[in-house]
Amino acid sequence: MTNLQITTPIPTVASSTAVLADDTRGAAGLTANNVACWFGAKKVLEGVSLDMAPGQVTALIGPSGCGKSTFLRTLNRMHELVPGATLGGEILINGVDIYRGAIPVTDVRRRIGMVFQKPNPFPAMTVAENVVSGLKLSGMKVTKSERDDLIESCLSKAGLWNEVKNRLGDPGRALSGGQQQRLCIARSLAVSPQVLLMDEPCSALDPTSTRRIEQTISEISESVTIVIVTHNMQQAQRVSDRCAFFLAAENEPGRIIEEGPTKDIFTNPRDSRTEDYVNGRFG
Amino acid sequence: MTSVADVSEVNLVDETRVSPVVRRSKVDRAYRAVATLSGSIVFVVMALIGGFLLYRGIDALRISGWGFITESQWAPDMGGAFGIAAVLPYTISIALVALFLAVPISVATALFITEYAPRRLRRFLTATIDLLAAVPSLIYGLWGLFYLQPRLITLSKWLADNLGFIPFFEVNEDFGTSLGVFPSSTFVAGVIVSLMVIPICTSVMREVFGQAPPGEREGAMALGGTRWGVVRDVVLPFGRGGIIGGSMLGLGRALGETIAVTLIISPSFDAKWSIVEQGSNSIAALIALKFSESTETGISALMAAGLALFVITLIVNTAASSVVNRSRSGSATEI
Amino acid sequence: MALTLRRRRNVTEAVADEKIRIRSVESIDVTVMIGSAIASFALSQLLYETFLPLSGALGYVVVWYVLFLAVSWIAVRELRGNVRAKDHLARVVVWSGASMAIVPLILIVLYVVGKGYHALRPQFFAEDQRYVGALSDATEGGGAHAIIGTIQQVGIASLIAVPLGITTAVYLNEVKGRLAKPLRTVVDAMSAVPSIVAGLFIYAAWILALGNQQTGLAGSLALSVLFLPTVTRTAEVVLRLVPGGLREASLALGGTEWRTTSRVVLPTSRSGLVTAVILGVARVIGETAPLILTVGGAFIMNWNPLSGKQDSLPFFVFRLIRFPQESQIARAWTGALVLMILVLVLFVVARAIGGRGPDHIGRFKKWRLQRKGLA
Repeated sequence: MTNLQITTPIPTVASSTAVLADDTRGAAGLTANNVACWFGAKKVLEGVSLDMAPGQVTALIGPSGCGKSTFLRTLNRMHELVPGATLGGEILINGVDIYRGAIPVTDVRRRIGMVFQKPNPFPAMTVAENVVSGLKLSGMKVTKSERDDLIESCLSKAGLWNEVKNRLGDPGRALSGGQQQRLCIARSLAVSPQVLLMDEPCSALDPTSTRRIEQTISEISESVTIVIVTHNMQQAQRVSDRCAFFLAAENEPGRIIEEGPTKDIFTNPRDSRTEDYVNGRFG
Repeated sequence: MTSVADVSEVNLVDETRVSPVVRRSKVDRAYRAVATLSGSIVFVVMALIGGFLLYRGIDALRISGWGFITESQWAPDMGGAFGIAAVLPYTISIALVALFLAVPISVATALFITEYAPRRLRRFLTATIDLLAAVPSLIYGLWGLFYLQPRLITLSKWLADNLGFIPFFEVNEDFGTSLGVFPSSTFVAGVIVSLMVIPICTSVMREVFGQAPPGEREGAMALGGTRWGVVRDVVLPFGRGGIIGGSMLGLGRALGETIAVTLIISPSFDAKWSIVEQGSNSIAALIALKFSESTETGISALMAAGLALFVITLIVNTAASSVVNRSRSGSATEI
Repeated sequence: MALTLRRRRNVTEAVADEKIRIRSVESIDVTVMIGSAIASFALSQLLYETFLPLSGALGYVVVWYVLFLAVSWIAVRELRGNVRAKDHLARVVVWSGASMAIVPLILIVLYVVGKGYHALRPQFFAEDQRYVGALSDATEGGGAHAIIGTIQQVGIASLIAVPLGITTAVYLNEVKGRLAKPLRTVVDAMSAVPSIVAGLFIYAAWILALGNQQTGLAGSLALSVLFLPTVTRTAEVVLRLVPGGLREASLALGGTEWRTTSRVVLPTSRSGLVTAVILGVARVIGETAPLILTVGGAFIMNWNPLSGKQDSLPFFVFRLIRFPQESQIARAWTGALVLMILVLVLFVVARAIGGRGPDHIGRFKKWRLQRKGLA
């Protein structure tokens, strides 16, 4: 009997999400393999490989300009919207490549949601309409009662229900900055994403809103995998299970220098550059 | 344990660039198709218009040859010569008179709105200027003809009597300087057209002045400058592109003004230096007055003239946009 | 020593809550202005007819103005120095320039109202000119045929230009296809077409070459040539103002391009688009030149824009103002007044709508949302 040796390209990072069937419900695992990014001819990211396990919170840390946000945008196919932007490598959700056509791009974006740095509720919609806007936009149909339940549950998860339950008819932009961002989080949750990408969601907010959002992150992380870019190291320590430290040397594309459990990155980093960064010696 | 990226590790996954597969849904494809169709229709229609004008115009130019530029008279229908050697200078002189009055007033008005007026009034004043732009040129023409012209010609007479040594204000000796010599002149037409040009210039300049960097303003004031100092040293230099661009845009408008000019002037085909003496013309007025009595050839000739006007206006407008865009104030301002 | 202490105590007793009112004009400046005005008035009285070769009210005002500038400049220079004098001069010049822009508007409105309201009776809106003869009074007959003509011509032109223009703007700004750059250049070029040339084009191409008659439709085609580039450009500007973050958010939720445009971009820019359209209509309503060549003009009502000559409000005014009879001229003024009122109303409506941001939720929408439980 011959031993069939199936040689397949081995991912460079051992993927703990080796799920061969792509489950479209519940928290999903994302895997990035050797991702590189270009804006035109300029290479801004190189050799980025990262495993973002389901149900975990992964933080991307590092000084500004290292490509963290660019990497984040490759994870839900927003990077390609920039004219002249290209990328290399592969990105898998539950083991399925998101770029080579197996999953329609609108489905990719529905399953991998995003919360942006600047809150952007839709101005022409009320608070309630904003929450369920994702349903209309991605073509999901629900009954009226399902929709009402969804509004309440998403706003509750985002920690906003009590504050706006009597203001559901106000325009989305009538809320304060922190409330708007929580509204955007509720909006993203309404389409039942498997992964939620957050690009410095608290950087423009006051400490109270920041705290509430961090609470939300810990409450939903079991059912939604979270990848968060943050400049705030204390925040990374508070919310994340794993961290990846990005760095770009001058005129060089960004790379992951070190990644691992948060505790280890901050208390026992192996690379001297990581140690310098987490101790505040630059950044 | 953290893992540190090791560049020596063999990367088996290819780094070749990915072409993301974008399969658009049927709805999206239909949407894009409709939008593209609309754009194509507009493109084709506008290209057709330009092409038709060119085609008929060239027909006429074939008949007139270079005489189109040198000939003053306009008699294409009787096989006579026709040319814009008189009409074009008249068009330009009306526009220049209009600009001469409109530009200083527009600069003052724009400065007034952005610098001198109480802040609460700013929206109201801007709305008033926009309203001035919305009033039909017909109304301006009527008011100019019935109200302003009788009063303006006394000024024309004064200019002819006292400054007659300047060629612009000279009056042919045979005519004398009774009031009847002065209506329907370039000067009167120019004054009326300036009223229509002012809102356009003011809008552009106001937008540009409003964008003068507050940092520089504060710097000037912190040095003890007066409001005029801030205007002279910060706002006006910054807004130079807007002043020039706005004026050029106004020039384009003045060149193309039809109705007010048609109502006021009495057509003349002998170009002259004097702007106060009666008799004037403009390409637009020529078309308006001559079209009904023109044969095929005549229409072609009018098209050639119209094409000339169109091309000149196009050049002026394009130059205006690029001046504004290239200036410091430029890119945020829409012309 | 004791004196200082006493003063200090008074200051601290002052009410700290009283706000300091900053005055932009001090009383001495006002005095200087009034004084200069009086002085220059007196001087101009003296100089006017005796020394200068001028006559009439206009000349008097000019002389007074120039003297006012000179006198006040000297006064301020003596009181406050050269720099403040220049500032004062600049301020006066700017105020004068601005009033020269705004005063004509008031004069024009008053004049047109004055001339036009005599014949402004309800029948102006109901009757046409069929029974009007050379000796009829100005209040007989009306301009209804012209008003209907304008409504039809502008209406058809809007039906052509607005959907096409907005869709093209969506193509230019949202779809951004390969045709976008040349298309934008062509649209910008066409917005430079002089209005008379648009009319000439329709006259030569549609009427002469294709053998059609002068009709309301021909007029509306000429108006469309002018309206289309305007709508396209202003709609594109409005769409560009929608923040890119909203499109990103919509796409990130899994939205398709069409849904992003139709459910996010267009609703957000709705008030801007409506304003742009209304302002475009206001501009097109007053266009006379293209209609001169295409519409033909009539004295009786023509309900059919597709056949037969029609009249139009601006053309009505333009023709009648040249008649020798006073009554015709009076009717023309009434037509001008109606036209002006129409433009004013449209303008006010446009600004009212434009003042609302996208957040405005009107009564109808609120009712719809409450039915769905979303408000």
